[in-house]
Amino acid sequence: MSVQVPDELKDTVTVTNVDFVVEKLSEMLSPVVSPLVSPIANWARSNSVWPLTFGTSCCAIEMMSVGMSAFDISRFGSEVFRATPRQADLIITAGTITRKMAPALITLYEQLPEPKYVIAMGACTVTGGMFNDSYSVVQGVDRIIPVDVYLPGCPPRPEGILDALLKLQQRIRTQSLEDRRKKGNSEMRPVRYVDYDTGRPMEDLIEEAKALTKEDLKA
Amino acid sequence: MASELITLKTTGLKTDEMIINMGPQHPATHGVLRLLLTLDGEFVKHVEPVIGHLHRAQEWQGQNRTWFQYQALIDRVDYLSGMFTSWAMARSAEHIEDIKVPLRAEYYRVMVSEMNRITSHLLWLGTYLIDLGAMFGFPFYPFREREKLLDLFEAIAGQRMMFNYIRIGGVQHEAPDGWFAKLKQFTEDFPDRVDEYEAIVTENPIFLKRTKGVGRLKKSVAMDYGVTGPSLRASGVNYDLRKFKPYSVYDRLQFEVPVMEGDGDTWARYMCRIAEMRQSNEIIKQCMAQIPGGTADELREKRKACNSCGKEDCANCGGDLKLSGKKQMAGMRIKAGEGFAAVESPRGVLGCYIISNGSDKPARFRWRNPSFSNLSVLPELLVGSPIADIMAVFGSIDVILPDVDR
Repeated sequence: MSVQVPDELKDTVTVTNVDFVVEKLSEMLSPVVSPLVSPIANWARSNSVWPLTFGTSCCAIEMMSVGMSAFDISRFGSEVFRATPRQADLIITAGTITRKMAPALITLYEQLPEPKYVIAMGACTVTGGMFNDSYSVVQGVDRIIPVDVYLPGCPPRPEGILDALLKLQQRIRTQSLEDRRKKGNSEMRPVRYVDYDTGRPMEDLIEEAKALTKEDLKA
Repeated sequence: MASELITLKTTGLKTDEMIINMGPQHPATHGVLRLLLTLDGEFVKHVEPVIGHLHRAQEWQGQNRTWFQYQALIDRVDYLSGMFTSWAMARSAEHIEDIKVPLRAEYYRVMVSEMNRITSHLLWLGTYLIDLGAMFGFPFYPFREREKLLDLFEAIAGQRMMFNYIRIGGVQHEAPDGWFAKLKQFTEDFPDRVDEYEAIVTENPIFLKRTKGVGRLKKSVAMDYGVTGPSLRASGVNYDLRKFKPYSVYDRLQFEVPVMEGDGDTWARYMCRIAEMRQSNEIIKQCMAQIPGGTADELREKRKACNSCGKEDCANCGGDLKLSGKKQMAGMRIKAGEGFAAVESPRGVLGCYIISNGSDKPARFRWRNPSFSNLSVLPELLVGSPIADIMAVFGSIDVILPDVDR
């Protein structure tokens, strides 16, 4: 596998080359180094999870409270709420995600650098909750982006957020980054178009439909 | 600001219009609001708020839930002041069926609502300072007091934010032991705490530069757009439903409605809310003194004599000392008719219009939300101001987005 670069762009893609070299190096060295390094790296990563300031409604207020002195999320290293997804590791989906808001959330998720995590906060984002029969609410945010920790409650108490964060930290500590990479897009892809009735990705449905029509044609 | 625009043009510097999208994910939009800005250099020429990112179909849901179920849902309409949304709906339903609310329940309602007004304004104060750039230093102060009030809410209603406490016909629970004592302690401390905020913020030169003369809302414009609440009173219009058309027991209470002089700028809106918090504190004090039956602890002692019989003619349980004028049960019905009732919420006049057909579900539900009309005045305020002032102005009118979109 090698990087194909056109001749006229050779000068401008140094970063890609570095990435490529680092990737190759890590592939070679990882069997030796990763058992030594990854526990330490995971410990460090798990204690500095920076959330994105993403709050749509009621839960956002509890998310604010958890940053204040009474609950103090900085004890767990997550007080740095970043306003841009490019500096964040974690989305706490604080509040209802409507169909109008869903594309924005997916864009945000795509903009997060890997490794990225999602806590589905509040009953609305876990299953639809109180708005389970509402025509405009996405019935569970896991229909559009992959979720690591589910945090039910309407809204959950700030202690609940801390608990979800601790659960996420445990998960980060036991995870190896390479396994995460191997999982690839199949499990961690965001789904831009959802069939809201069945909750399944539109791409899958189209693939199925194509397969079906092919069989029909063959017959 | 408009004069600066003109000078910019007369210097011969040619600028093109630029359309910029702000939101829906923006740390200072208090939810999800999208603004389409047309800019001339640094200055705003046109603003188009795009709403509906949080439309959860709450009016539609009202028609598909029973009265009892929907009571639990309406706190989400305006999540910072859930007591007021419950109260507006309860008053509207009571208006349809002519339910007489017991006096003790009315005092409880006023008390918890004024507490809620304080928590709402405190949160506004904290987040507004964040919007202005005071990142995570100042907000600790208002949130400290807010947590104390939320603890009291949790003790009386069982939830920190979604109370479901004010019900059709009255209120849900008697306060637990020691609740009144804690509230009394809070009301005694609170004026000092407000002084503390003012010492930090009010005369702060940076704060004054960011807010004085920014986002002027003229009296006539405010009235044309139907702006209500502190944003209207900061523009010099003395309109508060609690005084103008007293409901509940507000006519028995002594309080002043803070009204600011002159064209309301952002600073005036800030001052208006600070003054309102002080007034709410006074109202709570008076309620605690006037409430029939005394504190919950005293009443419980008295009720030991009659063993909490709950009879209508009992001196300790019936009459004014009941908590609800209508029996709360899952299948409860409101007789056919229509009613509109409004309350003065922290953001303005919050109205609720209901048509009932006598079944266990409302036939039509409609909210009159203060945030919606307050948001609609935003283009008027922003045109001609620099882009840095957008969040200073938007934050000062205190809009809650679910309240706009329902």
